[in-house]
Amino acid sequence: MTALTGAVLAQNALSAADLPQIGAPAIEYGTLSPVLAITATALIGVLVEAGAPRRARFGLQSAVAIVGILAALAATVWVSIHDLGKVSFEGTDLLARGKTVAEGALVVDGPTVFLWGLLLVFALVSMLMFAERGLEGGLSGFTGQAAVAPGGAGEREATMAGIEHTEIFPLAMFALLGMMVFPASNDLLTMFVALEVLSLPLYLLCGLARRRRLLSQEAAVKYFLLGAFSSAFFLYGIALVYGYSGSFTLAAIDTAVSNQIAGQNLLLAGMALISVGLLFKVSAVPFQAWTPDVYQGAPTAVTAFMAAGTKVAAFGALLRVFFVGFGGAQWDWRPLMMIVAVLTMVVGAVVLIRQTDVKRMLAYSAIAHSGFILTAFAGAYEGSAGTATITSVSAVMFYLAVYGFSTIGAFAIATLVRDGGGEVGHLARWAGLGRESPVLAGVFALFMLSFAGIPLTAGFMGKWTVFSAAWSGYAWPLVVAGVLTSAVAAYFYVRVIVLMFFADPEGDGPTVAVPSVMTSAVIAVTAAVTIVLGIVPGPVLDLAQNAGTFVR
Amino acid sequence: MLAMSDYLASYASVAVILIVGVLLAAGMLGANRLLRPQQPTAAKLLTYESGVDPVGQGWAQSNVRYLVYVYLYVIFAVDAVFLFPWAVVFVAIGWAAVVEMAVFVGFIAVGLVYAWRTGVLRWT
Repeated sequence: MTALTGAVLAQNALSAADLPQIGAPAIEYGTLSPVLAITATALIGVLVEAGAPRRARFGLQSAVAIVGILAALAATVWVSIHDLGKVSFEGTDLLARGKTVAEGALVVDGPTVFLWGLLLVFALVSMLMFAERGLEGGLSGFTGQAAVAPGGAGEREATMAGIEHTEIFPLAMFALLGMMVFPASNDLLTMFVALEVLSLPLYLLCGLARRRRLLSQEAAVKYFLLGAFSSAFFLYGIALVYGYSGSFTLAAIDTAVSNQIAGQNLLLAGMALISVGLLFKVSAVPFQAWTPDVYQGAPTAVTAFMAAGTKVAAFGALLRVFFVGFGGAQWDWRPLMMIVAVLTMVVGAVVLIRQTDVKRMLAYSAIAHSGFILTAFAGAYEGSAGTATITSVSAVMFYLAVYGFSTIGAFAIATLVRDGGGEVGHLARWAGLGRESPVLAGVFALFMLSFAGIPLTAGFMGKWTVFSAAWSGYAWPLVVAGVLTSAVAAYFYVRVIVLMFFADPEGDGPTVAVPSVMTSAVIAVTAAVTIVLGIVPGPVLDLAQNAGTFVR
Repeated sequence: MLAMSDYLASYASVAVILIVGVLLAAGMLGANRLLRPQQPTAAKLLTYESGVDPVGQGWAQSNVRYLVYVYLYVIFAVDAVFLFPWAVVFVAIGWAAVVEMAVFVGFIAVGLVYAWRTGVLRWT
């Protein structure tokens, strides 16, 4: 009986010859080394968590994270020198450099490498803020035990025993890994996986603040629920675009879109849903509602990391999907993106004026800045060969660099203005900070001026580049709206400066904590970059311009 | 290259199966309902819980440890799903396949080591 069944099975069974040949995938380990370095760093972090004694863990974890990021930065420089050969693709003679790797799942081209460098530098600076232990009496700014009830006896015990969550470092590394893969994805599935890898650790990190834990947990839940919702939109959009084009890869989608291979309804619906997912991540209006709550509730170091890093990753992905995948349908999406850009700038700037909390203020500032970046995106100026006019991609990348440094610096200063209950969020309590600590208030004023876009700060150069790209793309209404909303927002930023230097302190006024060398370094570096990029933007601008367009 | 109407028409068989399925289940339950005698008593209306009288409410709290175990189980169950297609082709690919799968399993093992060292696997 068994022999008979076996014989029948053997007759019907597929042999290896019937199957399509599956070869081993070719992975370009050298070109992917920055990503692999961060993966290894995250895994080593998990193993340190499992193996190292509790006392040594915090120092070891921060060292692992920082060394890992430095290694990845070195690898990124190596990749930018060795693997960015010029390529030309049919139809245009625009500058593009780089290649697709990992069987077409990822593409390492000029913009990818520029964004990798940016992300790694932001992560390095943020890790210094994560590692700061000088502000909470020798403990980090993260909760000792996330599982115990806020304000309960367990929390006091954990604080007394000096217990700390050191998982924050591997979690941040996994988020960084997702951020690096997100703008480098060459197909929509990889992009979705990267989106989840970048989001999930951030949801968790948001809920780990040491002070005001209920607010922090609320922020985490809100971010998680809304983020999961937007991921679902993104995924459904991918499904519809697959239904339209029959492929996940951006190049194949581009071919399908350009040839208009099927009815446009599927494509339009798919594009709309994908843009919901991406615009949520960059906190563009009308998907910005989560931003102020999450930025306020999350531990400030996480907010800084998230504000700079997520924005870089999400804008990189947004540009790649819409310029490469949906470039042929730009007359369908550009009008909509223009409306979103104007709405984002106006809502961000107008609501900004009414803010009374520092972190919420920086959140609305982040929304307004997303609007400014979206002007260059909606302008969609791809450049023409032989001219030096700045392209949309370069303008966005330069703005991301400028904005990221200023915002990390501003959040770093927000961690230092404290009273007995932790950070002082209320802006009225910042009155008279200029007398308490002129240097700190001066640096914060510098960041405010940069946000406002005053000449000789990096913010001015950033605004100039994005508006220039929007202008070249014939999106002049956006430039007008951008300049007007900049003026509105500048009013608020200047008011903060006036408050710090010319208002009388309320009661005792806030005290400025003396940080360890970590946070001091963060503030010094970000302030220096903000000034240098304002006065000599040339080198970084050249880097952004030389990155060229996306490789398909 | 399909027109929109053809594209949707290809889903018609799915819709038919769905309708047939619903009708079949509804028909069987409905016929049962019409044919059987109905004499409810209090004991018969109790929730069936393996022959034991039910304890407490339907909404009961369970130990959070179950969740972690389930979580670990699901990870390794999904891992096994990936092992099957790998087993089909690994002779053809050779050593590269062994290394790649070792990397993949190693990733998950790191997570398990972390769970074990943090005391998740200790029941008491």
